[in-house]
Amino acid sequence: MSIFGEVPQAAPVAVFKLTADFREDQNPSKVNLGVGAYRTEECQPWVLPVVRKVEKMIADDHSLNHEYLPILGLPEFRSSASKIALGEDSSAIKDKRVGAVQCLGGTGALKIGAEFLRRWYNGTDNTKTPVYVSAPTWENHNAVFSNAGFEDIRPYKYWDAGKRGLDLEGFLGDLESAPDHSIFVLHACAHNPTGTDPTQDQWKKIADVMKRKSLFAFFDSAYQGFASGNLDKDAWAVRYFVSQGFELFCAQSFSKNFGLYNERVGNLTVVAKDQDNLNRVLSQMEKIARVTWSNPPSQGARLVAITLNTPELFAEWKDNVKTMADRVLLMRAQLKEKLKALGTPGTWEHITEQIGMFSFTGLNPKQVEYMVKEKHIYLMASGRINMCGLTTKNIDYVAESIHEAVTTVQ
Amino acid sequence: MHQHEMSARSVFDGAVFMPSQMKLLEDFKRDTHPDKVNLAGREYVGEHGHTTWLPLVRKIKQQIATDPTLTPEYPPNLGIPEFTRRATELALGKDSPAIVESRVFGVQTVGCTGAVRLGAELLRSCYCSSSSWSGPILLSSPCDDSLAGIFKAAGIEDVQYYRFWDAESNGVCVENMVRDLENAPEQCLVVLFASGHRPTGAELSHEDWKRVAEKRQLFPFFLMSAQGLCSGSLEQDAWPVRHCVSLGLELLCAQSFSYSFGLYGERVGHLLCVLKQNLLAVQSQAEKIVQTLWSCPPMEGARVVATVLSNPAHLVDWQESVKAIAERCMLIRERLRERLRLLGGPWQWDHIIKPGGLYCCFGLNTQQVEFLVQKKHIYLLPNGCLNVSAINSRNLDYVAESIHQALSSKL
Repeated sequence: MSIFGEVPQAAPVAVFKLTADFREDQNPSKVNLGVGAYRTEECQPWVLPVVRKVEKMIADDHSLNHEYLPILGLPEFRSSASKIALGEDSSAIKDKRVGAVQCLGGTGALKIGAEFLRRWYNGTDNTKTPVYVSAPTWENHNAVFSNAGFEDIRPYKYWDAGKRGLDLEGFLGDLESAPDHSIFVLHACAHNPTGTDPTQDQWKKIADVMKRKSLFAFFDSAYQGFASGNLDKDAWAVRYFVSQGFELFCAQSFSKNFGLYNERVGNLTVVAKDQDNLNRVLSQMEKIARVTWSNPPSQGARLVAITLNTPELFAEWKDNVKTMADRVLLMRAQLKEKLKALGTPGTWEHITEQIGMFSFTGLNPKQVEYMVKEKHIYLMASGRINMCGLTTKNIDYVAESIHEAVTTVQ
Repeated sequence: MHQHEMSARSVFDGAVFMPSQMKLLEDFKRDTHPDKVNLAGREYVGEHGHTTWLPLVRKIKQQIATDPTLTPEYPPNLGIPEFTRRATELALGKDSPAIVESRVFGVQTVGCTGAVRLGAELLRSCYCSSSSWSGPILLSSPCDDSLAGIFKAAGIEDVQYYRFWDAESNGVCVENMVRDLENAPEQCLVVLFASGHRPTGAELSHEDWKRVAEKRQLFPFFLMSAQGLCSGSLEQDAWPVRHCVSLGLELLCAQSFSYSFGLYGERVGHLLCVLKQNLLAVQSQAEKIVQTLWSCPPMEGARVVATVLSNPAHLVDWQESVKAIAERCMLIRERLRERLRLLGGPWQWDHIIKPGGLYCCFGLNTQQVEFLVQKKHIYLLPNGCLNVSAINSRNLDYVAESIHQALSSKL
């Protein structure tokens, strides 16, 4: 008799299943608009030229050792990564009330932040503090917070399917009705999956309510630089909240903007009221990290730290990031043009209004099914597409297929 | 519009300060004494006093850095298949019945800690599939500080201890251990150590292991952090795990490649799961848990290990270097024993050379350990355990004399 005899099969993660189905598809016209990773015009993953360069530097550097990194991570990585989020001249950094924990990608940063909040925020071990995630949101948000022990995870209104934009009223309404001290997971920029971000004015309104009700801001920043092509522009919301006096967490991922998906480079930036509070928070986070992975991996962090701290490499990286962002912007513009030229019913402004890797096309599940089954174009059931999957070679086929789906499938 | 002032209190003011997890190491770093020795570290340290680079590892890392075919894509949640396959074969042997019968799966994890954490979470959610199982789990007394913390963080609150190290005899008291395991509740989880116990370095004989494994109602969770480094033989060090598998037991095994490859910073670990049935379902639950911990593991270190383990020439090269580490540790132990014997006194030192590997437990009490740390600047763990690899030809005399002094002085 097996101890594990009754264990049920877990449901597969939708986006991975989509990629698996795509791989098995033999159709020569197939297109993968599912998974969230950058692709070049040739539909290949892209090793950033600056990354190639620094990788070689690291491999040739015989003075580097292989010892464990400190539990909180590589110091020069943590500080330079936080600077990227908060700005070179951040007064919070000058006031020494900003710290960070190097984590295993954005997921790891969310994990450490969630575990800390469950233990020490809003009381001790208060698993009942509500955690709000946007409707919709990255499918893993719920699981990370729930596994950290939070019992009450709720959606906040975000996407308005009717007008294909932000449901600001609903969002503000949910903020107002949330119990004080609730935790809100906010997407710093390039909202996943909708690609729809609040404007600066809208962020100000959001911050106002959050301040008044002492709601905790936990930013998820996975696309800084990737959204607009400009690091500072993409960090505006986080920096605004800091300037308004918020204590907050920002889970940063360098997977997308460094193309380092496989080395798991993440940073949890912590902004506290003062240095004393910061130190106590970091000391508890060290304990949490110790029993999760003990020490974070060195390769990716070294690479990012060297790049961010070396002026010529930093400039080269910003350039590489802009290359990626520009290609996405180009594909957005072209897709919209082609749909308009085809006379596809509906409005398609949202394709260029939305920002970052993803676009919520507005296709309904039946239309999505048509795209996948009949046209071998793989996208999420929600209608989300990854703009990086588009190239000048396949964009006509995709536009025509969308046109067919919209006109023939209700 | 009325601007609301941010509260003067911090939202974090409930957080209590936690003293550093690495205090001993920090004290050592601050110590300016010229003769200071750190015998409390985890890593294998070479004769020159630093962690070592395997030339083979450096070469492979350079190859990886310049290989145009390698892409930076997200790896599978459970890690690189080539890595998990080789890690599994390494632990169980290629011809293991469990492998042949497809009753095994492996997960690439973030170091051994990651493997233990994942295993703990998996057991908590899957064990007996009734409402969340929360223990008990039996750990050895003593064991690594953080081990209990890992299980508790995973939701397994009921942590108990079985007697393991016997200070009287400077060895394992198997009688006590077996009795404690016999008295443990049904379906209790027990953490066992292959390839040397941390922090004592103690080992069990094959006969002892056979007696332990007889306790069929227990679920073994092996920690094998240094396969090959203990005896010099990969097979020998893995014997307890393989024996349990040959008895048809289900088990988990957390492996580390930190020590055997010198890849501490890269966090290369592996969780081996040997089941009787229902493999795919349990594997799918493991994937689900991984997604909430780190999504997918870091590639660099695992790529190096997979490259070595899949290449016959590299494999031989690597096995030689592992054997060399084991042999050096044994040599240090012998020389230390000899020095202590020559310094005289009523004490027995045979227990130093009995086990192999990195760690050793001296029969020192708290005052004696404090004396060594404070007065002689020799840093060892509070329970008198130390890492022999940090002893070398330059500090051997000083260490031996200091230990002798600690034992013979009226403290």
